[in-house]
Amino acid sequence: MIPASFEYVRPSTVEEAAQILRNAAGDDVKLLAGGQSLLPLLRLRLAYPAALIDLGRIDELRGVRDEADHVFIAAMTTHDEVVKSAVVQEQCPLVALATAQVADPAVRHRGTFGGSMAHADPAGDLPAVALALDMEFTILSAEGTRTLPASEFFVDYLETALGPGEILLGAKVPKLGAGWGFHYEKFHRTAQAWAIVGVAAAVKRENGTISEGRVALTNMGSTPVRAFSVERRLPGVPVADGNGELREAASTAANDTEPPTDLHARPDYRRHLAVVLTERAVRKAAA
Amino acid sequence: MSTTEAEIGRARRRKEDARLITGRTQWTDNIQLPGMLHVAFLRSPMAHARIIRVDVSAAKGQPGVVAVFSGQDFGDEQGSLPCAWPVTEDIVIPDHPPMATSTVRYVGEAVACVIATDRYKAADALDAIEIDYEPLPAVLDMNEALAEGATPVHEGGNKSFTWKFGTGDAEAAFRDAPVVIERTYVQQRLIPSAMEPRAVVAQTDGDSFIVHSATQIPHILRVMLAATTGIPEHKIRVIAPDVGGGFGSKLQVTAEEVLTLLISKRLGRPVKWTESRSEGNLTVHHGRDQIQRISLAASADGVLRGVKVDLLADMGAYLMLVTPGIPLLGAFMYTGVYKMDAYDFTCTGVFTTKMPTDAYRGAGRPEATYAIERAMDELAHEIGVDPLEIRRRNWIKHEEFPYATAGGLTYDSGNYEAATDRAMALFGYDKLRAEQADRRDRNDPVQLGIGVSTYTEMCGLAPSRVLGSLRYAAGGWEHATIRMLPTGKVEVVTGTSPHGQGHETAWSQIVADSLGVPFDDVAVLHGDTASSPRGMDTYGSRSLVVGGIAVLQACEKVKENAKQVAAHLLECAPEDLEFTDGAFRVRGTEAAKTIQEIALATFAAHDLPEGFEPQLDAGSTFDPEAFSFPHGTHLCAIEVDTETGESKIRSYVAVDDIGNVINPLIVEGQVHGGIAQGIAQALYEEAVYDSDGNLLTTTMADYLIPSAADLPDFTTARTVTPATSNPLGVKGVGEAGTIASTPAVVNALVDALSPYGIRDVAMPCTPERVWRAIQGGTS
Repeated sequence: MIPASFEYVRPSTVEEAAQILRNAAGDDVKLLAGGQSLLPLLRLRLAYPAALIDLGRIDELRGVRDEADHVFIAAMTTHDEVVKSAVVQEQCPLVALATAQVADPAVRHRGTFGGSMAHADPAGDLPAVALALDMEFTILSAEGTRTLPASEFFVDYLETALGPGEILLGAKVPKLGAGWGFHYEKFHRTAQAWAIVGVAAAVKRENGTISEGRVALTNMGSTPVRAFSVERRLPGVPVADGNGELREAASTAANDTEPPTDLHARPDYRRHLAVVLTERAVRKAAA
Repeated sequence: MSTTEAEIGRARRRKEDARLITGRTQWTDNIQLPGMLHVAFLRSPMAHARIIRVDVSAAKGQPGVVAVFSGQDFGDEQGSLPCAWPVTEDIVIPDHPPMATSTVRYVGEAVACVIATDRYKAADALDAIEIDYEPLPAVLDMNEALAEGATPVHEGGNKSFTWKFGTGDAEAAFRDAPVVIERTYVQQRLIPSAMEPRAVVAQTDGDSFIVHSATQIPHILRVMLAATTGIPEHKIRVIAPDVGGGFGSKLQVTAEEVLTLLISKRLGRPVKWTESRSEGNLTVHHGRDQIQRISLAASADGVLRGVKVDLLADMGAYLMLVTPGIPLLGAFMYTGVYKMDAYDFTCTGVFTTKMPTDAYRGAGRPEATYAIERAMDELAHEIGVDPLEIRRRNWIKHEEFPYATAGGLTYDSGNYEAATDRAMALFGYDKLRAEQADRRDRNDPVQLGIGVSTYTEMCGLAPSRVLGSLRYAAGGWEHATIRMLPTGKVEVVTGTSPHGQGHETAWSQIVADSLGVPFDDVAVLHGDTASSPRGMDTYGSRSLVVGGIAVLQACEKVKENAKQVAAHLLECAPEDLEFTDGAFRVRGTEAAKTIQEIALATFAAHDLPEGFEPQLDAGSTFDPEAFSFPHGTHLCAIEVDTETGESKIRSYVAVDDIGNVINPLIVEGQVHGGIAQGIAQALYEEAVYDSDGNLLTTTMADYLIPSAADLPDFTTARTVTPATSNPLGVKGVGEAGTIASTPAVVNALVDALSPYGIRDVAMPCTPERVWRAIQGGTS
């Protein structure tokens, strides 16, 4: 279909964008990043914003910076730029691994890192990665800049802690250092389709065993979900997994989840997949 | 003998591709006319309801709105959308107004429209139209629709027709048969999903009309628009400019085409309509949707005695252009490549409150091939032999052609042994069977399955007398005209209407060989009823087998004309001339006249034979005597992850016998695309309606179409057994891949799951369905 009419503004600085946003207080204004989720909503007339503020020409919102103990990924960096960033590949490879699996090349050239986070689709690949890596989101608000951990950022289905006047500037991705391995296991029906279930895993290995593990799940609830029960069981599991210890640890992956039902999967199947895919993700991360 | 390289058989890149791929061409939606208006349709949100009240007054006051119409505003003028295939004498063909007037019968049915100065304003104003509906129960399930007391979709009830066919004594074949296999298969509803959405532009000078439409059938559309609207045929010109795919979905006379024309007539201005993808998913006719009950009777060692088929075919809410004929196109194919004594076929067409079904790539033949090829695997399993062995015991041997089948057709040629041997060698059949056994022994979580499909199909639609005997309203001939231009260049006017098939290239190759002119000197004109007045258009793998022959025959007539001129100019008898390398040569001498020289001499007309009309051009209309019968063997190896239910095609071998080949590159493209589309039915695609009759798969996020990234490399090869029914020995290739691949894939999947006691998985065989089958099989 085709969208209803809307106002369109394209600021060239963050300050200008923030000003426009503050002036629009009360109106239904949406920030336009890469448009890969918002434009379909507009075209299907599922959203009728009065105005779009296009962030696409704000240079300061783009790029990846290596900043001591973390990597900063600016919000408007495209998926393709993230995947190809040497800093991301070296310092936070899980982000590169998952981003490379977002949709298809056309979408990755338009869609942005921050747009995916702010859209907060629980079927999107990056929110679970943010959760698993304990990213910190940098947000411009009326009072200045504030930061928010990923665990507090994703509030509900397509809903974040971003306030109406706020702009997501980017995220700090902690450098985890030596000994960590990563994997993003995505289960979907076609290459371009959303994950039915996805598992982001980060695993620290010491002396042939897992000493610490982080596991977060895509599309297993209204927000991305951290599989804490699995994480608690991972320390001490041998990397080689001789006696099914890993399978045992992964068996609780779907605990405390409320997976959705749709044309591609019902909840019991999603729970089953979460368990199977968690085992696979951790095994590959530990390899 | 010719000294230049033959064009036929050459892997030419397609001359039309540059403009098609870049989009720098006349797609219907690219057309901009001065003063053009845009129409948007308001569509029923209800599957079944009476229209109580329509109020368009508020919409008329919206910005940019020029007019708003409901179905009542067109009354009788809009007529009833045509069904050209009344398959039985007592068939029920309900009235089908392009815009509903009193009752809506599927979600998406047009009920009103806004005409505005741009497309956005037209869409905005739809919200201001008020319609009150009185809901009626949705009718979605065919068996429930036929049950006593079911809500009638139309006054006459929910049965449109029952059509029967049979040969031999089926009762005798099944009586005391040592082995009887009875299975029910469901052909899920599919959405054709051509790359280019439908679009229509209608314009008028007040008296006559030009309709541009993204259609496969400009010629049929012209006749049908005249018959439906009452506008005289000679006042309507239909143009199918470049068209981006159809797969049968543009073999239709649509409500939007009729209404866009009538709106243009009413307002006296050019009007454009272009559908959105979601609108298309709702209202482009759907494909398949059949429930097939198939029974095989066989001897103890698996030799077929007979086949019985009882089919329910979902017509949807109305009968469109060839809706009821689709299952009939499959009716003659349920006997496949096999010999048997008797065959019995019954098909009942059923009305439901869903989008009507109609032609979709293969149209009846994929359904038939699926049922027989799945059932043959069941027979093999029942008596404990390899699926290829059961086929060998039953298929027609190459020395037995021509062969009159129990399906009522005479197959002119074929060599199933050769195609199968070739496929097995390319596939590494025995090695894969060994690996399969090993995985089963090891209880590997990833199981391997091997699927076979030895298919045949009927192409070259169609001998007109056969179509007549099946009560189809038109014939199946095709026309071509060859125009020799003064400079020796050639224009081919074809009645076929390519929408991605590459006719401009293939027809040029035929002409280049026949007339001895360079490939680049040939232009092909198509799709405009003003320049190409005679044609039956493109569908059913008919274009080369019927239209290509017309091109060849027209070339022959041109050469006959040119020969007279050549003999005159060379001062010899026509019998003394031979035609090689584009020139008439006097046998045994150096004297010659090229076809280009003759074209120029004819144009000048200064010195022509006494009484000779000064022109070389010729037309030919070819009506085939018989169908053609491509066949082949497709083998699929699939890996099934039994922990997740995910299946992955590991290798796929297709050996097709489509007779002689004009352009191997075009053939390869058709085979690849066809296989992909058949795999899509097996594993991915399904149009899903909820219990209220709402279509849930209105976007490509829900209706999953596999892309190259989801598909394996295909290994393709050909055997060549030329058709005997046409002078080129060609058979058609547009649908073969789609027909063959669906059963090959599902047979492979079921073979992989066989250790779990699973004998069937409903299509599409999604990971979830496979996982649930495994849960059921092991618990």
